[in-house]
Amino acid sequence: MKSYQGVGISAGIAIGPVFRYETETIVVQPEESSDPDVENKRLEDALQKATRELEEILEKARKDLATGSNEAEIFDAHLMLLSDPDLLDQVKENIYQHSFTAEYAWYKATEYYAELIGAMDSEYLAARSADIKDVAQRVLRHLVGDSDAACRLITIPSVVVAKDLTPSDTVSFDKSKVLGFCTISGGPTSHVAILSKALGIPAVVGIGPWMDELTAGREVVVDGFSGKMILDPDQATIKKYKQTASLYEESFKKALESTKEHAITKDGRRVEVVANIGGVEDAKTAVEFGAEGVGLLRTEFIFLERETAPTEEEQVQVYKDIFAQFGSNPVVTRTLDIGGDKPANYLKIPEEMNPFLGLRGTRLALARPEVFHTQLRALMRAGIGCNLKVMFPMVGTVQEVRDVMSHVNQVKKDLATEGVPFKENIEWGIMIEIPAAAVMADALAKEVDFFSIGTNDLSQYTLAADRGNTNVVGVADAFDPSVLRLIKMVVEAAHANKKWVGLCGELAGDGMATPVLLGIGIDEFSMNPRAIPLVKQSIRRFSMATAREIADHALGLATTADVRYYLKSFL
Amino acid sequence: METLEITVINKVGLHARPAAAFVKKAQVFKSQISIENLTKKTEAVNAKSFVKLLSIAVDRDNLVRITAEGEDELQAIESLKELFNNNFGEPVGE
Repeated sequence: MKSYQGVGISAGIAIGPVFRYETETIVVQPEESSDPDVENKRLEDALQKATRELEEILEKARKDLATGSNEAEIFDAHLMLLSDPDLLDQVKENIYQHSFTAEYAWYKATEYYAELIGAMDSEYLAARSADIKDVAQRVLRHLVGDSDAACRLITIPSVVVAKDLTPSDTVSFDKSKVLGFCTISGGPTSHVAILSKALGIPAVVGIGPWMDELTAGREVVVDGFSGKMILDPDQATIKKYKQTASLYEESFKKALESTKEHAITKDGRRVEVVANIGGVEDAKTAVEFGAEGVGLLRTEFIFLERETAPTEEEQVQVYKDIFAQFGSNPVVTRTLDIGGDKPANYLKIPEEMNPFLGLRGTRLALARPEVFHTQLRALMRAGIGCNLKVMFPMVGTVQEVRDVMSHVNQVKKDLATEGVPFKENIEWGIMIEIPAAAVMADALAKEVDFFSIGTNDLSQYTLAADRGNTNVVGVADAFDPSVLRLIKMVVEAAHANKKWVGLCGELAGDGMATPVLLGIGIDEFSMNPRAIPLVKQSIRRFSMATAREIADHALGLATTADVRYYLKSFL
Repeated sequence: METLEITVINKVGLHARPAAAFVKKAQVFKSQISIENLTKKTEAVNAKSFVKLLSIAVDRDNLVRITAEGEDELQAIESLKELFNNNFGEPVGE
């Protein structure tokens, strides 16, 4: 029995065999074959298998991704490469004229084009070069018989262990066979984090460089609560975890029964419990799990994985579809929050040494006013008849707020001049995720209608530690007293100015944080929909008086470990 | 033999979706179809090959020459011209 420590990113316990998902790049060395016909046949078979696989992925992507037609197009281009006449001619020439094996013949031809196209000075062509390499690897996996690599080959319910998982990996899994996820790298904000939580699959990320030990079929326990992963657990351990799992399921089921009711503390204070969502599908899940609205609608999904900016009309339709799910309940929508680390070529974000300290969020909006205006117009138009609130991400200074609001006023004026109907009385707020904004909260509170604290980024910037970097796992912890103290400063400043404060980071969905956040005075808890039932239960267990005492004590502690240890006793 | 010289006004050139649309359309016809990038003085390449089309790196405002030869050469050129004129089904952008 061996235990690894990572970060738990999706609650729950999974016990089952390891399914290794490997995406290591296959590199082929020159090798000759005496029978070109055999090689050609092998190539044809591999191409056929890859084609079928891609057709399935394409179909799945179209089904899974409600608005994913653009993402699906990537696979369409891949299919085209598999039947490209000139590419195949070259491969056949390699087989028949140069007597190369099917592997090397294919590898050589695809590398040639990938290099040729990738060498040109164009982002688009660089992306196509990556497509060629991606498709080349898919065929090579069939040729070298490394069929384990294909995620669709998961046949018995298993724990998926991978170095990291990409979006195209994740759409390929048969969700009914995935008991849990465990990745070597990746942090709480990685793709698998968002995905596993949305699916309610237990997950641990960043367990460190132990992939070699986790061979296929060995039994593991994934503890999404503590971030532990246990290899070859003994009977006693399995029994213990099975108990925890069934207790969790039971309490979740119980919490689910009352999740449509309000969360009211013992002494009668009602706290709003709302959802973080990133699309129409999430909106439905949120309602199902008892969300009283939306505290964070991420709009990035409309902008990513495409070649041109979404039009105003397109956005109006998407927003309307989402707002419609929530009737008169509030929907706090965050404007585009991306930077140089996300693929959106048309925004022409320069390559940066450190995109997390670069042109992102509101800074990007101010630098690309045409994109920003289109989004504002679409939001204001779609908001008619809905309880829409809008907030801006990554704001650090009062000046930025003033700049942003002058754009808002400009857009209002434009719409009025054009005679286009729009929602007039929108509450405008900002995310508090830069320490500078937390420190200046009293001044910022005079400029906006509300705050929403993003604890993931706030912890990362406060503690100067990348949450996705496995070398500094656990440093950027929102339970660190420094972060909690900043949150308190923000709430006090807002309340002194009669403004409300939401919290939409991971912390809001963590039951251990509930009494502290209540005690500090957070007005609105926004979280992944599946966390709502248990957090509502948790809120109902405390009185405000007790919560304040707990918060005072926690904020006086010196270390993250002390805070966590203390709060654990109230679970 | 039919030829067409046309300037690419599409924002992203013939690199992404428009490139795929172009190749798909070319593949519909029996004629031999080639395309060369006159602006960059490239060779004429098989228009039915996605990798070849990408390799001549047609950017926005480049002038290309499309040549078709075969039984349906006229339809091929007309149909490709229409694709250009409809801007590959995309808005032209600013």
